[in-house]
This record gives sequence, structure tokens and C-alpha cells, in this order.
Amino acid sequence: MKKTVTLGALTVAAFAAGAAGAATLDDVKARGELKCGVSTGLAGFSAPDANNVWQGFDVAYCRALAAAVLGDPNKVAFTQTTGQTRFTALASGEIDVLARNTTWTFSRDVDLKFEFIGVNYYDGQGFIAPKSLGVASAKELDGATVCIQTGTTTELNLADFFRANNISYEPVPIETNAEAQQQYLAGACDVYTTDASGLAATRATFENPADHVILPEIISKEPLGPLVRHGDNEWGDIARWTLNALIAAEEYGVTSANIAELSSAPTNNPEINRLLGTEGELGAMLGLDNEWAKRAIMAGGNYGEIFEKNIGEATPIGLSRGLNAQWTEGGLLYSPPFR
Amino acid sequence: MSDTHAQTVAFVRDTMLDQKDPPLNQVGAVKWIRENLFSGWLNILLTLASLWVVYAVLSHLLPWALRGVWDASNLTQCREIIAERYGAGTSAACWAVLTERWPQLIFGFYPKELYWRPILAFLIFLAAVAPVLFSAVPRKMLWVSALAPFVLFWLIWGGSLWGPIAAILGFVIGWAILTFAAPKIGTLLAVILAIVVPLFYWLVICGPLSDALASVVPLSLRAVATQKMGGFLLATIIGVSGIVLSLPLGILLALGRQSDMFIINKFSVAFIEIIRGVPLIVWLFTASLLLNYFLPPGTNFDLMLRVIIMVTLFSAAYIAEVVRGGLAALPKGQYEAADALGLDYWKSMRLVILPQALKISIPGIVNTFIGLFKDTTLVVFIGLLDPIGLSSSIRATTDWNGVYWELFVFIGLCFFVFCFSMGRYSLFLEKKLRREHR
Amino acid sequence: MATISDPPERGFRLNQLIFDTRYRSMTIQVVAMILIGLLLSWLISNTIHNLEALGKDFDFGFLSQPAGYDINQQLIDYNNQMTHGRAALVGILNTLLVAVLGCALATVLGVVAGVLRLSNNWIVSRLAAVYVEGFRNVPLLLWIVLIFALMTESMPSPRDFRGEDGSSMLLGESVAITNRGVYIPNVVFSRSLGGNEVAAPEAPAAAAATPGTNMAGTYGASRIATGGAGVQTGQANAPDASGGDAGGAAAAGGEVIPTSSGWDWLLILAVVIAGVFGAKVLGKRAAHIQEATGKRPMTLPLQIAAILVPLIVVLVALGASLDKPELGGFNFDGGVHLRNSLIALWLALSLYTGAFIAEIVRGGILAISKGQTEAAYALGLRPGTTMNLVILPQALRVIIPPLISQFLNLTKNSSLAIAVGYMDVRSTLGGITINQTGRELEGMLLLGLFYLVLSLLISGVMNVYNSSVKLKER
Repeated sequence: MKKTVTLGALTVAAFAAGAAGAATLDDVKARGELKCGVSTGLAGFSAPDANNVWQGFDVAYCRALAAAVLGDPNKVAFTQTTGQTRFTALASGEIDVLARNTTWTFSRDVDLKFEFIGVNYYDGQGFIAPKSLGVASAKELDGATVCIQTGTTTELNLADFFRANNISYEPVPIETNAEAQQQYLAGACDVYTTDASGLAATRATFENPADHVILPEIISKEPLGPLVRHGDNEWGDIARWTLNALIAAEEYGVTSANIAELSSAPTNNPEINRLLGTEGELGAMLGLDNEWAKRAIMAGGNYGEIFEKNIGEATPIGLSRGLNAQWTEGGLLYSPPFR
Repeated sequence: MSDTHAQTVAFVRDTMLDQKDPPLNQVGAVKWIRENLFSGWLNILLTLASLWVVYAVLSHLLPWALRGVWDASNLTQCREIIAERYGAGTSAACWAVLTERWPQLIFGFYPKELYWRPILAFLIFLAAVAPVLFSAVPRKMLWVSALAPFVLFWLIWGGSLWGPIAAILGFVIGWAILTFAAPKIGTLLAVILAIVVPLFYWLVICGPLSDALASVVPLSLRAVATQKMGGFLLATIIGVSGIVLSLPLGILLALGRQSDMFIINKFSVAFIEIIRGVPLIVWLFTASLLLNYFLPPGTNFDLMLRVIIMVTLFSAAYIAEVVRGGLAALPKGQYEAADALGLDYWKSMRLVILPQALKISIPGIVNTFIGLFKDTTLVVFIGLLDPIGLSSSIRATTDWNGVYWELFVFIGLCFFVFCFSMGRYSLFLEKKLRREHR
Repeated sequence: MATISDPPERGFRLNQLIFDTRYRSMTIQVVAMILIGLLLSWLISNTIHNLEALGKDFDFGFLSQPAGYDINQQLIDYNNQMTHGRAALVGILNTLLVAVLGCALATVLGVVAGVLRLSNNWIVSRLAAVYVEGFRNVPLLLWIVLIFALMTESMPSPRDFRGEDGSSMLLGESVAITNRGVYIPNVVFSRSLGGNEVAAPEAPAAAAATPGTNMAGTYGASRIATGGAGVQTGQANAPDASGGDAGGAAAAGGEVIPTSSGWDWLLILAVVIAGVFGAKVLGKRAAHIQEATGKRPMTLPLQIAAILVPLIVVLVALGASLDKPELGGFNFDGGVHLRNSLIALWLALSLYTGAFIAEIVRGGILAISKGQTEAAYALGLRPGTTMNLVILPQALRVIIPPLISQFLNLTKNSSLAIAVGYMDVRSTLGGITINQTGRELEGMLLLGLFYLVLSLLISGVMNVYNSSVKLKER
């Protein structure tokens, strides 16, 4: 008789079953919920708070996308993925979009058949070392023990870097950031390497952050961005332009504070008007209504606000904008025009 | 009088002396200590070594645990409190992370206002397994056990009550065919019908029927998505459904392995050996990475369901071995007696063999369940938030980044309490069975 | 009922296939066969369709592409320019290593704990019970993580060995226990059979190693050479601990660097086996003389000599010396580095499985009736002899079958290496390789196959052993 839970569960599966691939937008709308893949926990980027609400930089993008598509930033089902399972989860349609600080690389884009819809954080792999080690450059690390997180591009970059400099090292692969941090603090490795953002976030939580230095070398380019499946360009467009809307909003000075005012009537900046839907029909071209971008920005503010709130200098993570400043301020963020 | 005696006759005592107390080192604590701890140089050595081990462990652990801080909103604050109370550099536990996050470790992200549902479900579950596990409980309670899966499913996932009811109906249909139609159309046809008709019903009619009923009389609880389940709730769901679902399959496999029919036998053996020969973690990765390849294009199962399917297949192989042990333990006379009564295979199994074999197997099944429950921690590697997964999520928040031992100690203790009590139960049952068999 | 007891009056008809017990099993099997076949072909066709839809093919070619990642513990030669297949092989050897070590230690721990739990000493039996229950009832994953963290937290780091007041090495400066693992001396040979390299200014010359060097116990190498493919062997086999003078000697030109190769170890193993064999012959001869004359000649010194003398001769001939670990730049150099990940995984697996084995051993001993002990005492046997000659041989028959399945469990559980970053086959082939190439179907298939074959092999071998100690029934 107890066989029946399967059948009960199968009915649930029947509800959950949906054709993956084509027309993700319709699926999401029919489901009334955006399924967003995030990491199982990375300080500042995605982590659940005490009230079971996911918070973080990557999470904020998912909320903006949900707001744009469904009108409600809370209609997101967060699926936790590991470094190993993330791509399969996306490929199989388990999630609609993957926002899990994933590096945009050629093979992932072309061979694994995903579409990176932009870059929401320009990162690079760096090293952190205790000051007492007296190391000033990563090139002095000959023979050092290096903690790395497995399942990422990190270990390949590391191998390349040491090979290029013809020095040796001892890799200590660790599954999660938290473990790696514990290993590093206990002195089980001389240096810890991961994306510079992660290093800063990690260092911020040490008991004595001043005892550790982040070495000057950045050994790789790590453009992190959300990605969707190949083959559904409409959905890719929505995801891409939601990210662009957040970036553009910062450039034009649209913030969550003034957005209500700016969108109530057309302003004298046509770019803002088109972005906020008071002019033109950009939303309809995406298959959404005209206020999509407005809702996306209202979900958590523009790119700058999201950055400051989750990982900016005022937070314990304390990242400076650096490369992630607007192009007008010497950074790399550059949204194509809304036209 | 006494004088003369003393002079003439050698002393003969005619009254008993009062019993003397045994020497001090032969009574009470001293005797016990001598006999149990210091009886010979090897024992003295072992005792001293053990005492040293106990001291070494406790002297590190106790101050750390007892000085722990229970009220702080984040790790930095907690460390400040410790430094303030005991001086800088003292190591002490930050139990505050548990005060703040224990509901998450138990229930995952289940909505806080709905915590009563899993709790109630757990109580119902206990009530449902009681008649299976304890023979003192009235047999009528087995009906509760039969209905419990539907109720539990409804309580935990929510949604319309009509779904589970419509699903039950399928079983009722199957049962009705077996009972009423079998005398008229023959057993074999009835069995085939009893499988095909309910299947057809579930696949085609069940869904619309429950929808229709729901639209007439909406009886529903707020639906909770599987992504919201985590922590021990998730571990329990996976463990319990894995074992319960695998029982029928495991029994069939055990029978198959004992069967004389070549193909059935070889297939069962192959299935059992393949499943048992490969680690669970590989199967879990298969569930996470590959199961979608094997199903028709476009099917998309929820990850937890895929894990439950895999875990069910996995534990079915283990249950099959346990049940096979039970079948083998029965005296051959039981089989022969059943044959002599003229029972056919299924009847002899159902009425004579399996009731006895399963009773012997219950301790083994409970042990399999303990193993499975512990193994649910492996789902962390495929991104499900079991207690260990949640502990890394909690450590990823800026408040608690850097907290380490406290969470593991809590998780370990919870597992210990649960598994230890189950293990005791299984031992109790084994002893009872041994008595009954003598 | 009626249908079953119908006599087959109608002769052989089709319905006999169903109703006649003689043919029914045939029918059922054919139907089962068809159903299984349908199920399999359904799964396979689904897979083909899904692969097509994803634009992937089913191809094991990725195994011959460069892996690109490093593995810290390598029993065979490997660097990041070698293929994924080679990386998988390194992982397989690592899995086997930890499984073998784990089974050995788990047996020892299990037997000790099982016997101690039956001890009359209250505190000892309680402690053993705490150990057994503690490890049995908490998930293995948690233990692995905890032991790993405990080791890194409680041991000194290599830095602490610097200076006077820091930690010091054990056993005459030859063993260093650090939070990165344990460094022990390595035996090296200055006249190695694998051929010795002569220190040259540039390491690549050293790469001209014979094939034999590939068998070298390079897991002792404390570093991963990241230069070209050739540099690897040189650096790995010539621990520059011996030392910092490697550079200096190179300048002087042509100092032989002691090294060790598989051939050396094979030779030593052969000599030891021959020695043991010789000792046995001596023992047998002594027994012969004892039976004939009633006097047993002194054999023990002879036996020891039979084993030790050839061994020493060979060691001297090979020019053996100890390569002690020395504190280098960041780490200890030279010697054999048993990494923390290996030790933590090994300890956790052994302690966990040992707790289960302890229960098996205890059950096995308890299963022997008390009369056996009493009978042995009545014959005048001492407690130790009673245990060895009477109780254990009987208990073993009860113990071995469940022991086999514990060994199997341990081997399978070694796949949890992922938790401590031990590079076993699941982490290399089933982890990084799948992740870098996106070949999850092929990778998981190979991985599953490997574990399956391994399990079948272990249970096969152990079953043979089991039947050899089984009570020979008449």
C-alpha cells in the first residue's frame, strides 16, 4: 500500500514537468515563478538569511529578472547548485537561468552550449597570504602549498600560471569556500587562491584581517555572468536586457529612490524614457509590457545600488568598484543603448 | 564453670561467631574498583590510559562548550562577548549561531508559520510505524499506516487534498477488481486487470478528476515547493520515503533472487549486484547529472524526486539482501508445508512465508534505514541542502562566516540521538525474536 | 482454484502456456525478458534522442586529451599536460591506496575495540562502547570533515618548525607531523636498478629516466613539477632535499643523486619473500628433528638471520640511504609526504568501519559458547592460547562474511574523498574531468564500471578465502 507516495509524487512531477528548451518565457509565465540557480552559499553573492530569504549580489539579479517577467521580485524559486551540478541543472531545464558567479569561457559558451548574457562582475583570480610569510609576489611562491576550490576554472588557471612561471606548487583541492577558509587559517596551506572578490569577502571575516595580504598578481580574467541555455534567443534577450537595464539605470542616474518620479511622466532624456517605458515600445519587442525595466530596477535598485548593498565598501565584504565601475568612471560596465 | 572447662577440655565452640565484615578492600566501591579497574598490570595500564584519554578529551571540550555564548547576532559580536567575559584569546563556542539558525537546520527554508505541518507529519509518521514496529499496538492501527503516506505527502507538500484522495482511489479500484472480479474471470486475468486499470486511471483520469473535485470543493493547504525543504526535514523525507518505497521492490527482488526461473533470477542478481557494487554518491550524481538523459525529452523532474527514485533503487537492493536473509532463515519445512497445503506460489508467499520472513527481517530493515538516513548527508554534493549543506550556507552569510565546530557538533548530536535510539530498538527486537524462537 | 486444477484434457493448447505449471515459468520468463528488453531499449532510445537534442555525441575521445589540472598525490608519474585517461588512472591508484590502507587499519581497530568491549575492565569496555556507538551513529561524511579539520587545527604548521622554540621533528629529526600531513623518511638508493641520474645543471637531463622510474614511489614527491613534461620525473625522483647541495653539486658536475625505482622495491620484496620462505624451511626442519629426537634445535636466531642477512646485503649493494625530510622554503622537502587529506580520509574510514567491525568481532566471539572456553581451560590451556587456538578459529567463521561486506563498504565509502580534497578516481575522473569536458554520461559510466569491477573483485577474492576457512562439513 505504501507504494503510493511515488504516485503522489509523480503527480507533482507531472506538474513540474514542462518542455525544456523552447519558449522558456511562456513556461515561466505559466508557472508564475522563475527558477534561478544560485550557489549553495558564497558570502555577498548568495546566502540565505535567518528568515529563509536569499540575499546577495547574484540573487538580486534573479529578483530583478523575476520582477521584469512576472512583476514580482519574490516570485523566484532558488535552486542551489554546486560547481559540478550547475551546468546540468541548466541544460536539463531544471532552472531557467544560472546566476552563480560563473566564468564566461569559450568552451562553456560553445562546447557546453550555453549563452552568457553579459557580465555582472569582472573578476580575476588572486592569492591571499599571511603577512608573516613575507611574500610580496605570487612568483615567489615556489614550492608553496596552495588551497584551491575544486570544480571551477581556478585549478586550470593555477596550473597554467605556475607552468608559465616554471615554478612548482602543491595543490590542496577543497570542496567549498568555507572549508578552504578554515584550512587556510589553520595554516594547512600557505596561500589560498580564488576569485579576488571571494578573497576580499573571505578576508573580511577573519578575526585579524590586517594580518593577511592579497598579492598583487591577478592571474586570470574571470568575467562572471548569468547564463541561459542555447537555442532560446527570446529568453536570452530578456535576461540580457534586464542586466543591461540595471547597468544603464546607474549610468543615467535612475535609482530606486527617484524611479517613481522619473517614470511618472516622460523626462527630457529620451534614453531614460525608453528605458522606463514612457516612450517607445521596447517592452513589447521583448514580449513583455513596457514597464519591465522599471520593475526590474525597483526590485533592488540599479546595478550600483545592488553592488553597494551586497558587496560594496559599506558591507563587511568591502569590495571597491574597480573594474566594475561604469565606463564613464573608468570601469568596464558599458550597456548598449536602449533604442 | 567456665574456668573448669577451660582447664579440662580443649576449647570447643558451641555458638556461631558473628559474621565479620569482609575486608575493606573486598566490599563496595573498593572491591568493584579493584576487580574492574586494577586487576593486574595490564588492566592498570589500560585504566590509566583510558582515564588520561577521558581527561584529555573533556578538559578540551568542556570549557569550550560550557563557556559558549548563546546570545549574539553575529560572529564578530560573539567573539567580542567571549573576549570580554574570559579575556582575549580564550576559545569558546558560539552557540548563538544555533539559537538563531536552528529552525533552518531542522526545517530548511520551510515557511516559519507552517512549521506545524512537518511536526504533525512526523507525529503521524510515528503513529503509523508503531503498529509495524511494536506488536503490542493494536492491529487495527495498520489502517493508519496504510493511509499515512497520503496524509504525510499532503501535509508536507500541501496543495489540494483531492490529489492524494484520487490516488488512493486507484488502489481501491485495484483491490476491488482483485476481490470481486477474480472469482468470475480467473485469478491471472484479474491480476493483470488490477495492474492495468489503476495504471490507466492514474495516468489519464486521476489528474482531471482531482482537479474537478478541487474546483467543486476546494480543500487545500498552502503548497510548499521542494526547494524550500532542507535540513533534517529533507534527510528524513529522503530516508523514510527511500525505505518505504523500496520495501515492495526489495521483497520482489529477494523473491526473484530465490526464484528457479533463470532469467528472473539472473536479472535480480544483476540488479542487486550492480546497485550494491557502486557507491551511493555515484548514484546520486547519476540522479543529478544523468537521469534526464534516460527519460523522454522534455521530462523534467524535480531534483529531490530524482534523488528519492535513486535512493529507492539503492535501498531496494539492500532490502532485498536483508529479506533474502529472512527467507533463508526460515526452516525448509515451512515451504514444504505450504506446498503440501496446495497453496500456489503467491498464496504460500503471502500467507506463510513472507509474514514470518519479514518479521525476522525487521531489525535488518531498521539497520538499513539507519545507514540510509546517515547516507542522506551525501546529497550535499549535488546541491540539496541537507544539514551539512545548510551549515555551509549558513557559514556563507556575512554574519556567521567562520563559524565551524558549533554547527557540526549540533548536527552530529542530532544524528547520534536519532540513529542511536533506532539502533537500540533494532537490538531490542533482535533479542525479542531470539527469545521467541527458542 | 477451479482453473488451476483443470486436467489438461484438451491436449497441448496455447492456454497451457499460462495454466500449466510446466510451461508457465517459461511464459513468465519470456514475458519478463520482453519487458526488460523494452525498458532497456526505451531508456537507450531516450538517451540517444536527448544526446541528439543537446548536440552531444557518445565518445570516449576526451580521455586522450590533455587534462590541464594538477593532482597532488600521484603514485605514478603525472603532470597537467598528460591526458584525462592518465589522470583517471592516478585517481584509481589513489582510491586503491586508501582502500587497502583503510581495510588494514579498520581490521586492527575493529578487532582491538571488539575485544576491549568485552573486557572486564569497566572503564575500558565503556570507552570502547563510546567509540563504537559514536562512530556508528554519526554520518561518515561528518567524521571525515571533523577529523580533517581537527588535524589541521591541532598540528603545528611547517612554519612552527623554524627556529629554536618551535616544534621539533620526531625520531632523530626524521619524522615531521604537521598540519599538512606527515613527512617520513624515504629510502633511496645510490645504485638504483632504475638507473641514477647524475645531477646536471638543468633538470631536463634527468628526464632521461628508464621506464622503470615510472614505477617509482613518486607519491613521496613533495612537489608537483610544473615545468615541461620532462621536468616532472626529474624533480619528483630527485628530492632536492638531499639537499640544497643539489645545485652546488651540479656545478661541480656529476654527483650521483640517490633515487628509488620500482625495480629496487621489487628486488627487495623478492629477497624478503625468499627470506621468509627460508625461515619456514628452517622451522620445518626443526620440527622434523624434534619429532625424531625429541629435542628442538635453536631456530629463532637462524630464522631471523635468514630474513635479515640477504636483505641487508641487498640494501648495501643498492647503496640504500634514508632521505629525510628537511624544512625547505615553504614546506618540508624530501622524504615521503603523507598528505593530510590521505591521513584524514584513511583515519575516518578506518575508525568508522572499525566501529562496525568491532561489533562483528564482538558478536563472533560471543557466538562461541562458554563451554568452549571452559573445555580449553580444563585441558590446561592458558587464556592466550585458548583465544588463539580455540575461540578465534571458530569465531572467524562467523566474522568473515560480514567482514567482507564491511571491506566493500569501506572501498565504496572512499568515494567521499571529495570532502577533503583527496584526489581519488571520483575527484579526478568523476569530478574535474567531467566538469572540464562536459562528458558526464561517459565519465559516470566509466566510474560506475570501475567501482563495480572493484567490488566484484573484492567480494570474489574474499569469498574464496571464506570458503577456505569455512567449516568443512561432511
